[in-house]
Amino acid sequence: MSAAASTATDDPGARDLVTRHRLRWWEALPWIIGLGFYFAFPDYLGFGAELLAMILFALSLDLALGYAGIVTLGHAAFFGAGAYTVGMLAFYDIWTEPITSLLLAALAAAGIGFLSGLVLLRTRGLTLLMLTLCTMALLQEAANMARAYTGGFDGLPDLAIAPVFGVFEFNPLYANTQYLYSLGVLLVCFIFVRTLIYSPFGQSLTGIRENLLRMHAIGSPVRLRLVICYTISAALAGIAGGLWAQTNAYVNLSALDLDRAATVFIVLILGGYGRLYGAFVGAVVYMALEHFLAKIYPTAWQLGLGLLLVMIALFARNGILGIGEALWQRYGARRKTP
Amino acid sequence: MDFAANFAGILLGGLSAGTVLFIVSVGLSVTMGLMGFVNLAHGAFAMFGGYVIVLSMNRAHFGFAAALALGFVATAAISVVLERTLYRRLYRASELDQVLFTIGLIFIFIAGAIIVVGPESQTLQLPAALRGQINLGFLQYRTYSIFLIVVGFLIGLGISLAFERTRIGAQIRATVDNRRMAESLGINVDRLFTITFAFGSGMAGIGGGLGAEFLGLDPQYGLKYLVYFLIAVSVGGLGSVMGVYYASLILGVLDFVLKLYLPKGGTLFIYALTILLLLWRPQGLFGRKET
Repeated sequence: MSAAASTATDDPGARDLVTRHRLRWWEALPWIIGLGFYFAFPDYLGFGAELLAMILFALSLDLALGYAGIVTLGHAAFFGAGAYTVGMLAFYDIWTEPITSLLLAALAAAGIGFLSGLVLLRTRGLTLLMLTLCTMALLQEAANMARAYTGGFDGLPDLAIAPVFGVFEFNPLYANTQYLYSLGVLLVCFIFVRTLIYSPFGQSLTGIRENLLRMHAIGSPVRLRLVICYTISAALAGIAGGLWAQTNAYVNLSALDLDRAATVFIVLILGGYGRLYGAFVGAVVYMALEHFLAKIYPTAWQLGLGLLLVMIALFARNGILGIGEALWQRYGARRKTP
Repeated sequence: MDFAANFAGILLGGLSAGTVLFIVSVGLSVTMGLMGFVNLAHGAFAMFGGYVIVLSMNRAHFGFAAALALGFVATAAISVVLERTLYRRLYRASELDQVLFTIGLIFIFIAGAIIVVGPESQTLQLPAALRGQINLGFLQYRTYSIFLIVVGFLIGLGISLAFERTRIGAQIRATVDNRRMAESLGINVDRLFTITFAFGSGMAGIGGGLGAEFLGLDPQYGLKYLVYFLIAVSVGGLGSVMGVYYASLILGVLDFVLKLYLPKGGTLFIYALTILLLLWRPQGLFGRKET
């Protein structure tokens, strides 16, 4: 009986499922654009590095919020944990090698993510939202109090970061190294996340998001999966924070505040959550708008942002990528049936 | 001054701050309990009402009571318009969309306040009768604080009586407990929600005005105190009026005491306590367990 075997490959729906993890040609685009930006806009590389850190941060949130469905408003807790790890290590001259510093940042953030996830992920809904919010506020308050170590409100300025691979130095005036370094870190992290998403583990996360009861029923260790996912997501957010601290050469309380958590939330949903590339699109659109509009008309920027969020929540729940997908499907359907 | 009077003074200060917190948050608790709608823009409504109250007094020379009434009506009106046109589309949407939508509203309110009124902080001019000190027999205390405590108590009493004794209160309780059953019994949940939403927002507006004296009033208000409103609601328990009342008073007193004795790490304790409490009782102090 080859019926089962043949349907698995002949049915177009099944074929899509079997091949969905394969690389498409357009998946090279972000990296080509990323490299192209380096040559095309040498004056904006500082901004570019900041953008790349934001993409990574949004990507980490996508893993928790978009894939596992953990609605959190406190993701900046992990961003800040990573940023302060790198910052304090560099400021007190304990460890300045950038790549290992990032790993330590990931470790610190993952530790906090694991411990808080272990207790917080028992809850759902508003309680979970509140708990993530309070955890972040708690960390920020702690960073503010431990002024002797963290510099309190003023933060830690002028971080000296060792050259990448011992060769490429971070120059505060020309952000060439910072940019390429950030692009490299983002690429490595992205490959990791992409692989994770299409692994059985990643599939079970989507299952938890879509139907919690059924996942329990088939015997999936839901709580454990959620905690692991939250921990990985926290580690990635920690790397994003560490990257941000390294490329800016400072760290302050803004790394931990509600503004940052809300921003990354907005960035991800603007781009489209649960679809891997939403973080890229959302971060580019948001940061470009903010960079050019907010400096000139801050009030109009806030008003426009507010209107945009309301419109997205009401009419375009899948973000920019969702709109693009809908247009593509409509266009494709028309082409097939002339 | 002896210890007892000192202590009483701290207690009264905390109670008056907690009272304002209660007046702002009570509507949020009831609407969240009713619809499960995560309305982060509730603080923005409080700000809106606060602006109406303060500006109508400072610029149009309204009396205090008239300004409060105007603040209530204006905030209730704008919230009904928003609820009928926008909020209702999202009742069945995910929390994610609700959070996004209400964050968007906060930004719109912030920008609106800056454009219409300006970025500077507004100050509340208290009427002469509420300024100065009052003699309580055992100590002198600020008249306005005592006024707030009394008003808050009366409001809490009024709302919980309305909850227990009136038809609409019974309908709200029924809906908070079991929405489907209430709908099956013919309760018009849609209309019920509009009414409570308007009333709750109106109360928030009053709270924004009453609290302007010591919380200040600026365009960032809705974002700045959001965490406090949410803590009061989630600690008190969704849909529970008395829960929010006690939680607000406890929060107010704790905040006051900790700021005095531990000026650096006071807020840290409040967040830590909130986390512990919510882990112990996710439904809050007085909330019903989710079914």
